[in-house]
Amino acid sequence: MKKNKDEYIIIVGCGRLGANLASLLSKARKSIVVIDNDRDAFNRLSDEFSGFTIEADATEEAALLEAKIERADVVVATTNDDNTNIMIAQIAKSIYNVDKVVARLFEPSRQKVYEELDIETICPTELSAIAFRNIILEGQGEG
Amino acid sequence: MNIIIVGGGKEVHFLTRSFISKGYNVTIINNKKEHCEKLARMHEKASIVYGDGTKPYVLEDAGAAYSNIVIALTPKDPDNLVICQLSEKIFKIRKTFAVVNDPKNIDVFNRLGVGTVISTSDIISSLIEQKISVDEITNLIPIEEGKVAIMEVEINKDHDILGKQLVNSNLPKEAIVGCIIRNGNAVIPRGDTVILNKDKLIILSLPKVQSDVLTAIRGRID
Repeated sequence: MKKNKDEYIIIVGCGRLGANLASLLSKARKSIVVIDNDRDAFNRLSDEFSGFTIEADATEEAALLEAKIERADVVVATTNDDNTNIMIAQIAKSIYNVDKVVARLFEPSRQKVYEELDIETICPTELSAIAFRNIILEGQGEG
Repeated sequence: MNIIIVGGGKEVHFLTRSFISKGYNVTIINNKKEHCEKLARMHEKASIVYGDGTKPYVLEDAGAAYSNIVIALTPKDPDNLVICQLSEKIFKIRKTFAVVNDPKNIDVFNRLGVGTVISTSDIISSLIEQKISVDEITNLIPIEEGKVAIMEVEINKDHDILGKQLVNSNLPKEAIVGCIIRNGNAVIPRGDTVILNKDKLIILSLPKVQSDVLTAIRGRID
């Protein structure tokens, strides 16, 4: 049924990261559904965004079913709560067998456990630390 | 036995009191400082850890490596899931309990490896669905996620079952009176045991016959 990989993407959490990512992917001609439990959050989406929005709590199964999670190629969890992201990512991976699942985790200490469960995680704290280090150590012959 | 409880509501207070009276070692993790101080004052024998129980190093501080049971009682379902998973995966705690608010999460949590999942809203809504008047049941304990339940019913003088032998009562086949509390003593009933006023019946039954059990006891239908 699926024509292309990574065609249908569900983004949970329409904060700065979620909204930005949704707009970028929408520009790359992907089908996007964004879920957030605060309707005002959708105002962050840029004019280029051409996907759908669902106002719901994504930790409730009904919301994920409404977003047709069983047909999703990618699920991205970017709410501001680590544990919510972890829970959504696991539901997507273990129950609905979504191919690619990425979760944002602010707290690096939990990262390892969830990577073992085949969930990709992105930790902004670590990414920033690495970027800072690279800038600071640049030109010192290390890096 | 070492037990870790994460959360801070009334349940935590009562659970801790009951566990300590049974001689278990209890550690409570709570993320509010004032609450921790209060818990520490109330439960001298319990250890209190101030921190976020969904972080591995906080669980470690609470002695998760030496604990047998973890009970996640926070108000947020995702937090309870993470507490149980970290306890199992990092600290190899085999018995994990989580409370969920959304009854649909029972199945989700089970599939994601949480040992026992309890949904209070599910228990209450199933009681209402079965039109059970809750005031006659003084205690109700669901077992195996509600597949079977123990209830405690106090007999009063209006009840139909009063003065009858158990063998002559109309209790359904899927229910059994396991014990009677009479004047503060436990009595194991036989078929010829007569039910007296103020008896507390401890009844083990399948959920589907709970309302039939009460009908048999009361002799009337609401």
